[in-house]
Amino acid sequence: MLAKRIIPCLDVRDGLVVKGVQFRNHEVIGPIEPLVERYVQAGADELVLYDITAAAHGQTVDRHWVDRVARLIDIPFTVAGGITNVAQAQAILAMGADKISINSPALANPALINQLVDEFGSQCVVVGIDSFYNPESHQYEVYQYTGDEQRTRRTSWTTYAWVAEVVARGAGEIVLNCMNQDGVRRGYDIEQLRQVRQLCPVPLVASGGAGCVEHFIDVFNQANVDGALAASVFHKDIVSIDTIKGALAQAAIPVRQITHPS
Amino acid sequence: MTTSLVIVDTGCANLNSVRYAFARIGVTAQISTNAATIQTASHVVLPGVGTAAAARRQLEQHDLLNVLANLQQPVLGICLGMQLLGTHSVEGEVLGLGVVPILTEALNTQQFPVPHMGWNRVTPLQDSPLLRQLPSLPWFYFVHSYAMPVTSWTTAQCTYGEQFSAMVQHNNYFGVQFHPERSGSTGLQLLRNFVELTDANPRS
Repeated sequence: MLAKRIIPCLDVRDGLVVKGVQFRNHEVIGPIEPLVERYVQAGADELVLYDITAAAHGQTVDRHWVDRVARLIDIPFTVAGGITNVAQAQAILAMGADKISINSPALANPALINQLVDEFGSQCVVVGIDSFYNPESHQYEVYQYTGDEQRTRRTSWTTYAWVAEVVARGAGEIVLNCMNQDGVRRGYDIEQLRQVRQLCPVPLVASGGAGCVEHFIDVFNQANVDGALAASVFHKDIVSIDTIKGALAQAAIPVRQITHPS
Repeated sequence: MTTSLVIVDTGCANLNSVRYAFARIGVTAQISTNAATIQTASHVVLPGVGTAAAARRQLEQHDLLNVLANLQQPVLGICLGMQLLGTHSVEGEVLGLGVVPILTEALNTQQFPVPHMGWNRVTPLQDSPLLRQLPSLPWFYFVHSYAMPVTSWTTAQCTYGEQFSAMVQHNNYFGVQFHPERSGSTGLQLLRNFVELTDANPRS
């Protein structure tokens, strides 16, 4: 049975891991390599490295750390941030990243999804979606350039329409960042994820809100996502990956437990 | 004997991940499209992500189809590389090398999301030297939408909606549908097992 994936996300800015609250007020957590190694040893199923400044400033990711991470780890990792064309994606994949994830550039140019899929196959093209609940319209809406407070803007897409669009264009996986929940550790947005799950035929990864073990159990049991992404809960040692996996196994959710092979 | 491992440059994006994985077990791998280099290697790895058509085109351009189909040393096809060892892939209707007599079909995942992406358990069906010193039901990392069905050349199977070949072997040709280069210490042990196969006795 396919294991549910636990995915630590490292937000990278200027080559350092940072973490903000609701995409703002970033604080430096530390250098990339020690954190990456720690998560691999702790049993992370894959990693996401997201260059949050790149998307906002229209730059591509710093190539050097991608190569260093590829040499270092033996689990899959995704690189996100400011990938606006096939050549940039090619360079990142050639350095050893397993998947590339696009977010704001896909909103600016949806055909980019098709181009990347045609070139590399849908299995390595992830689309990240920053979704914010609008209490006035009672709708989930897609936001762009969330890495930069000055440029963050609401798009004309509802989240559900954008999910359908990116799937139709060949995206191989969706990471849904529920921005109302991001960094506040009050649990994943189960309701939104459950609805997206129903219209998403590709793997779906939940992002935003993990604060304790129960949140992981809930998101797998109630929203049936394929993976759960989290950042601050791991950086701040609030809960360990091993503890989460032990609890998931107890709850009869399939996980890969590297410390207790059977 | 000295290991001279060559990774065939299939033009796909994950060549370096495979090279780095061998480096982690102390094996320096050469990436090449040169026929003579491939023919004289002690071990040949055929990696691949992307589409079957693109990978086959790259092999055709370098005139490698015949070379790869007539190797005597241990050959390991990874993911798409495994599918290329087969007779034919329905993905773009692409002919394979035909060294493992199985055709590749779209994976019928039932209600599960496609692609099959993540860690899944593999069930050995036959003795395979590649599975030495591994757990009885090892976890490996998969990313694919097409697969070979379970046949008599299947050495290990996996289940996602349906059962499919996780590992195949025919003579000196080995195929793994998963990515050992991204499957933690289990994957590295499998690569170590592959490197330890000798030319004289590829099945031992």
